[in-house]
Amino acid sequence: MSLRVKRGELISIIGPSGCGKSTFLRCLNFLEIPDSGSIRMGDVEIDKKSEQGWNRAQERRAHRLRAQVGMVFQSFNLFPHRTVLDNVIMAPRAVKKTPPSQSEPLARSLLAKVGLEGLAARFPATLSGGQQQRAAIARALAMKPAVMLYDEPTSALDPELAEEVLQVMRRLDEEGMTQIVVTHDMRFARAASDRVLYVEGGRIVESGAPEALFASPADQRTRRFLRTLL
Amino acid sequence: MRAFFPLRLLAVLLGAISCLIVPAGSWASSWPGSCPGSWVISPARAESRPASVSPSPEKALRWASDGEANVPYVFHDPEDTTRLEGFEYDMVQEIARRLGRPSRFVQNDWDGLIPGLQRGMYDMVVDGIEMTPDHLQAALFSRPYYVTGDRIVVRRDRQDLNTLAALRGHVVGTIKETLAERLLQRETHVTVRSYEEETYAFSDLRNGRLDALLLDEPIALYYAGVTDDLVIVGDPVGQTRYGIAFRQDNTALHDAVDRVLGAMMQDGTMQDILGRWNLWTPAMARMTGDHTERHVAPVQWLRYQDAMRSQTGWTGRLRRYVGFLPIIAKAAGLTLVVSALAMVIAVALGLVLALGRHYGPRLVRDLSGLYIEIVRGTPLLIQILFIFYGLPGLGIRLSPFFAGVLALGLNYAAYEAENYRAGLSSVPRGQMEAAIALNMTHAQAVRLVIVPQAFRTVLPVMTNDFIALLKDSSLVSVITLTELTKTYIRLSSTYYDYIGTGLLIGAAYLLLGLPFVRFARHVERRLGQSLMRSGHH
Repeated sequence: MSLRVKRGELISIIGPSGCGKSTFLRCLNFLEIPDSGSIRMGDVEIDKKSEQGWNRAQERRAHRLRAQVGMVFQSFNLFPHRTVLDNVIMAPRAVKKTPPSQSEPLARSLLAKVGLEGLAARFPATLSGGQQQRAAIARALAMKPAVMLYDEPTSALDPELAEEVLQVMRRLDEEGMTQIVVTHDMRFARAASDRVLYVEGGRIVESGAPEALFASPADQRTRRFLRTLL
Repeated sequence: MRAFFPLRLLAVLLGAISCLIVPAGSWASSWPGSCPGSWVISPARAESRPASVSPSPEKALRWASDGEANVPYVFHDPEDTTRLEGFEYDMVQEIARRLGRPSRFVQNDWDGLIPGLQRGMYDMVVDGIEMTPDHLQAALFSRPYYVTGDRIVVRRDRQDLNTLAALRGHVVGTIKETLAERLLQRETHVTVRSYEEETYAFSDLRNGRLDALLLDEPIALYYAGVTDDLVIVGDPVGQTRYGIAFRQDNTALHDAVDRVLGAMMQDGTMQDILGRWNLWTPAMARMTGDHTERHVAPVQWLRYQDAMRSQTGWTGRLRRYVGFLPIIAKAAGLTLVVSALAMVIAVALGLVLALGRHYGPRLVRDLSGLYIEIVRGTPLLIQILFIFYGLPGLGIRLSPFFAGVLALGLNYAAYEAENYRAGLSSVPRGQMEAAIALNMTHAQAVRLVIVPQAFRTVLPVMTNDFIALLKDSSLVSVITLTELTKTYIRLSSTYYDYIGTGLLIGAAYLLLGLPFVRFARHVERRLGQSLMRSGHH
């Protein structure tokens, strides 16, 4: 799989379950270590040749790379023992040593941006799924990433709750955030993406502008996949 | 004389272990729990403490005895159990006075008396130790200070059992490793039961498990003489002498004490002391050469008789139990302090072990695992004895308090580590991934995200473990700490009252544990609620 992403793009990755799209996304910030290949983001490049192991120098580079990448998970993975506000503040404070005088106003403004300004003092378990996922987005944004990765961000949500989350993602797109989304939500992929990738069997089968790919898929496999969804 | 049966086995075992560790040394004996080379003080250490060898006016004379139920030698005053008394106690006070040194009593179990002497915990042992050839090899002995024979004690209905010959065909109890035991073993057709504690021997005689007892005369007098159902019959049998034990190299103190003892025998002081306890006998007159008639009133003997008789009946008992309360409260305090400090060690070390085993590099993982398996796979009692008596052989000396705290803490750390490991595993994988994706380091993720969540799930188990620790702390009673269990042994054997005192001590343990039981329930309830809530999304 080879992919170049331009600044400000919103890319959707679709495909059947088990096709490797989530694994590909998780390799982008080294939550999973690829067997081979290379990733370059800004001035950081990690070249993973199949014969060499994962070493300390590579881990350091992965650390630098992650500084530019935010990630949102299907099951939110908020920290249940901290309030919503603390969830957002924790990483800037621990990783960047941002003083509270700066990290707290930043966190509050991000929570306002995702529509959670009234819920800062609540614990995650008391929020709805949609609220939790928006809090997770705010948490990722607090690290000021250049790229946001989403691993099926709305799969665990009812449609109307999913819509709250998708709205936030659209607004980020308008602000010029680069976003890569693994999703099963074809309506979102078609309406919001700059580009859609169809992945099957660990390969990019087809990629292109959403209208073209959804309306007239070039590959037979893409056609078959899209037909099963209708 | 005292200590429980398994304890003696353990002492022997420990002796065997330290035989392997410490090169063979100078003293060999039949002393329980000893072996050639065990409990040897290294030469370097012996040189570094020359002060204890020669008596100096300002330095306390540290002497040890087993003051639990050791009537009339050294024992706790039934009317005020914080006070010691006994004819040996009085004798040591006089010796110390004449040496110009304050005396300091050190309580130790019978089995530990000589090992403790070799360890340098005290300067001499005074506990009715018979000057048998075996014992004379184990330590340096003073001139004999008391000579006595053995007496037969029977129930009132069996007064016909009044000679050694008459005991044939009967079950006879005695105290382990005494002249009486050796006399009985020479007799054929006598079934011998040897006891560590005379109180158990007496209760078995009363219960009918034994037909008769053969005991040193002072013990027979002070136990059979204060009850109506038992009597002393026949003439004294055999003869034995008691001596004061010193370390082999401590000839200076030995000589000084011998001089004082000689003077006390000549000027009648010895007769005065023994007379007060009703223990001055023709045999003592012959041994000391003091044939004067000083007509000493047996005041201590009468006082003891009165105390024991007045304590029977309801009101007497009740008054006695009320008198126990401050002692039990103090012991409960010690139990709580020992347990709490041990828990602090267990929690801190347990966390280190759990993190090492969960996240550490291979070597750390294996070492943590090894520690946990070894500690969980061996009895706590062994560990306590090993740390207190075994480690000095390797040059590490700890006070009973620190040895107890350390042993309990090291032991419970292994259990806490397993508890925490389960807690760490219970935190979903996504939590670590989320933290790493936020660019936290592994260590930050563990500290800020994983451990706090694991803590919530392990808290109820930890609280239950603390309650278990509170009860297991009873085992440190074997290293001379007077906590609740030791207090039970002491009080019950002083009054032969195992029921009432047992209920009191049991209640003390329950009361100590109660707040923690309630806390555990509370935490469990809260945790259940929060798990239910988070299960809703």
